Amino acid sequence: MSFSVNFPLFLIVLSLISSVVSSLLPRRAARVTALTLYALSFAGNLTLFLYLRTLSGPVNYLMGHFPHPWGNELILNPVEAAFSALFSLVLFLCILGGHHPLEEKIAPNKQHFYYVMTDLVQASLLVLVYTNDLFTGYVFIEICTLSSCGILMIRENGRTILASIRYMIFSLIGSGLFLFGVIFLYNLTGHLLMPDLKESLTALYVSGEYHLPLLAAMSLICIGLAIKSGLCPFHLWMADTYGAAIPASSAILSGLISKGYIFFLIKVILSVFGKYIFYANGLHNVLYVLGAAGIVIGSVSALQEDNIFRMIAYSSAAQIGYIYMGIGLSATVGMEAALFQILTHAMTKPALFLAVAHLSRSANNVKKFHNLQGAAFKNPFAGFAFTFGAFSMIGLPFTMGFISKYLFGLGAFDSTHTKLVPTLIVLAISTILNTLYFARTVIRLYNKPAEDIYRRTGLFSQKSYVLAGIAFIFINLFFGIFARSFIAVLAAGLPQF
Amino acid sequence: MKQNPKKKNSFFEHLREWDEGNFDLTEAAMGELHPPRPERKHQNMDWVHHHLVRMEAREVSFFEHLYPFMAVILAAAMILFLLVVVSEMPAFGRADTPTNTSVVIKRYIGNGLEETGAVNIVAGVILDYRAFDTLGESHVLFTAAIAVFILLLQEHDEKEKQQDLRILKNDLILRKTATVLLPLIIMFGVYVILCGHLGPGGGFSGGAIIGGGLILYSMAFNTGNLGRVINMRSYRIIVLCALLSYSILKCYSFFCGANGLHTIFTTGTPGAIFSAGLILPLNTAVGLVVACTMYGFYSIFTKGRI
Repeated sequence: MSFSVNFPLFLIVLSLISSVVSSLLPRRAARVTALTLYALSFAGNLTLFLYLRTLSGPVNYLMGHFPHPWGNELILNPVEAAFSALFSLVLFLCILGGHHPLEEKIAPNKQHFYYVMTDLVQASLLVLVYTNDLFTGYVFIEICTLSSCGILMIRENGRTILASIRYMIFSLIGSGLFLFGVIFLYNLTGHLLMPDLKESLTALYVSGEYHLPLLAAMSLICIGLAIKSGLCPFHLWMADTYGAAIPASSAILSGLISKGYIFFLIKVILSVFGKYIFYANGLHNVLYVLGAAGIVIGSVSALQEDNIFRMIAYSSAAQIGYIYMGIGLSATVGMEAALFQILTHAMTKPALFLAVAHLSRSANNVKKFHNLQGAAFKNPFAGFAFTFGAFSMIGLPFTMGFISKYLFGLGAFDSTHTKLVPTLIVLAISTILNTLYFARTVIRLYNKPAEDIYRRTGLFSQKSYVLAGIAFIFINLFFGIFARSFIAVLAAGLPQF
Repeated sequence: MKQNPKKKNSFFEHLREWDEGNFDLTEAAMGELHPPRPERKHQNMDWVHHHLVRMEAREVSFFEHLYPFMAVILAAAMILFLLVVVSEMPAFGRADTPTNTSVVIKRYIGNGLEETGAVNIVAGVILDYRAFDTLGESHVLFTAAIAVFILLLQEHDEKEKQQDLRILKNDLILRKTATVLLPLIIMFGVYVILCGHLGPGGGFSGGAIIGGGLILYSMAFNTGNLGRVINMRSYRIIVLCALLSYSILKCYSFFCGANGLHTIFTTGTPGAIFSAGLILPLNTAVGLVVACTMYGFYSIFTKGRI
């Protein structure tokens, strides 16, 4: 079992190798390689999780012969292992359920490049989750940015190219600000490894020296990662990006890549800035306000949208607002709620994107809301999966959405008095708005279409999607019903950051 | 020209038409933004949609006047903010700044030579102490190359016609200079890569030099004989071998380091060409990737293929 601490290294290197090899393989072989890799990554990280749970503290894994002020390092703790296992699982299911529409829309000589890019996404997600080094994080943020632009623009039509230019500009501004922040921190302390940075930043903060640069560095890092993950005033790239991309890409971009950045931000907050400095400077209040604004603005924009893909994209903006609101609430219960919400969103949004993609495919590739009338009769399974995803987004009991809303409620009571009432009001408003736009869509989907004769897409003509959809539903129910043990893992793992 | 019917109305098609001069992009954009009003009888929803698009276009044109001003104000505010912050930071170049006094730098400079075997401390830091970052860095190049392939890679016969326009043909001075300079440039690049652990240089700079030499030759001779050596197939094989060997060697070294095992690579005698453990092979791999990526970018941007 103790050998499993080597798995992250092997999986990262394996992802990089398989991305390089996939660029020479034909499409089908590249897909099989990718799926095998994600399955292996899930299994490996799960084994590691089971091993790490038996330990009392995190494991520092040296990347080379030099320990932490000098050489690169990974840090392994149960929360990280659980998240990377689940991220790999979602990536597996996205590719499994989304590869049919994907291969219809990409030029045949470029299809294998898609899997090159998703392998790189896998590598960078693993590193972002496990790294103990701020600069390694930056390098793999770059890989993540480039590969997410790749999976976006591989569908070469005008709208997608424009969307990816916009996404790239936003993303690069985000990386640039993050890099500024890292440089400032290095200049102030001379360290890049997280534990040493935390130590010297705490000393610096206590001594009161260089207060302004310290604050500037922290806010630049937060803003940079917030832009990349689409917090409220910077969420404008989302609708275009998720609306124009291939469904599998929208699922990966919304479910995994933005979550990877947010997980990395949480990690930076806890293990570089430290709870004390971050929450003493009032930066969390900024994230709280922006998050709460994002929830309301995202939901209202989703309500106004008549393109179903863009509607779900705006709903993503609202869900990301929840995560930032959780970070802003408190370092304990609020942070747990934020982490659980990351998981909820990573499990639900890809399922919704894939379901909508298959619904629209059964109804002659329409995207407009009013053309989708009765689409659930044409593709019953996708209709069911969409309805279930919508229930989870609204937060009905036994789904993950319920648990995360419950945790946000707890977090509100755990935080200061000034935040209690606004949080509860925002939760209520957003639940109502969520219900409005999802109920509207579900009713539209289950309205009998005007024509009586339609071709029904059966279960067996879309086997891989049905498998992925069932898996998404089961995982959702599993975490919705047995949430208590997972929350216990989060609560035990958070102090280890 | 052979045309893919799916691509007929794509952005690229418009751009190519515009490039060839028989299409006015602004006019088409105006046409898209102000669509002709469709007949109202059957297409009620469509009419509403078109109306909305027209309104949106008007709004956009209003905001477009504001954009330059807002962008300037934002950039100025950002510049001011960063300048104020930088003025508060530890002064650059002084001996007592935190960067210069931290334990990290002291060990890199004090023990770097004996621990890594590299006379060039920078090479020791990026390829031994912090080799994982450099592994990521070389894959950033690979990712960028693949992203450019996705965007610009074309079928073989598509662009033959346009090649003649863009390449400087029959330029005697350029050709003679390139013929003389190419071997020297390549030799210098190889020297910079191979001596990366002994002096200034390394994979990134040497690779850039070789890539520049290849680009010069390719400019002068329109690929010419270079196409026999570096084509899509050999390009991919070189990049594959370089990145694979980098990943596998470094994975072995990381694995040994993390588990406290001895590696078979020793630091050797500092100053000798075969010393400094893995740094020489890693520099070579990085150099190959950088050279191939640079040449690949040039080739893809001008010809649409390698």
